[in-house]
Amino acid sequence: MPVSLANSRLIYETLKECDIRLVSALPETWLVHLIRMTDEDPEMTLVRLAKEEEAVGVSAGAHFAGVKSAMLMQNHGFLASINGIVSFAHLYKIPLLMLISYRGSFGERDPWQTQGGNVTEPVLRALGIPYFFLDGVDTAKKRIRQAQTLAESSLQPVAVLLTRDLMWEE
Amino acid sequence: MLRLDCLRTVYSELENHLVVTIMGAVAAELHSLGHRPNFFYLQHAMGLASSTGLGLALCLPEQKVIVFDGDGSLLMNLGSLSTMARYRPKNLVHVVFDNESLLSVGGFPTATSTGTDLEGIARASGIPRALTVRTCEAFKAAVKDAIHGHELTTIIAKVEASGPSGYITDLSLLENRFQFRRHIQSLRKH
Repeated sequence: MPVSLANSRLIYETLKECDIRLVSALPETWLVHLIRMTDEDPEMTLVRLAKEEEAVGVSAGAHFAGVKSAMLMQNHGFLASINGIVSFAHLYKIPLLMLISYRGSFGERDPWQTQGGNVTEPVLRALGIPYFFLDGVDTAKKRIRQAQTLAESSLQPVAVLLTRDLMWEE
Repeated sequence: MLRLDCLRTVYSELENHLVVTIMGAVAAELHSLGHRPNFFYLQHAMGLASSTGLGLALCLPEQKVIVFDGDGSLLMNLGSLSTMARYRPKNLVHVVFDNESLLSVGGFPTATSTGTDLEGIARASGIPRALTVRTCEAFKAAVKDAIHGHELTTIIAKVEASGPSGYITDLSLLENRFQFRRHIQSLRKH
């Protein structure tokens, strides 16, 4: 499976450096290494979800408890979480660090991913969620740290879009 | 059985624990008994009270966390039962007030009014202890047992579909949220 192990490790190590201690996740191909690394790390709590919207509640609970958390999901999982984001994270000013695999964009071979790819950025913009791309090894660490810093200072959801260039080795 | 009477029977038990409620009547009625800084009222985002309780319980294993859920909210997030069951935190008590109705939005009947069995769903989802209560005495006993026990418990409380005339309290959502977090931080310092 050509999901980049090295870049998954880079992302994972950055999450650890950011003091993330709880990750909630729903599997998707690009996230398999990240989820496995979380699962195998005794310092980390992995919450495997039935549906991504649950992660908003789990992360809010972690925030109340003083634990830093991250959400790992596909862009379709982000789309499935919108009411939770609006009616909980935005309404109650809950910081969320959302790592979203950006499926359905340039280079996508799976036809079923393509519609979600079209709407991911417009929906993020409509929701007023700050986002940027994780597309290079050089900037990945810095950008994840910056995203977390902004989420914590602004008390709002911030999205990092994991791109094909970073996650997939062809 | 009235939800308010149920809440009254356990109010004194809640003092040293963290409490998360759903929106509407549950929040307003608990608030009417006297707000405390350890109460968080999730005034929207139906379905996520149990997920919030799970996040709290996993991060604060020394604290008891009590969620006051409702049939309408839980039916919107049944997957939460399977996620809670997967991690089955011993410090989480999940109470579901089942009035078979979406009371806050006009009283439309939910699927529990036509036979959906939340206790059965909870048990089949893997919640280690699930029970249904129909009297205030049984409610009080079940909640006390669950608080003092060491097993994830879902308690379905069958209540009447009635509530207060209004749902807005004088506690703003953000004030409640910041106070709740600050309260938890103060516990961690001790």
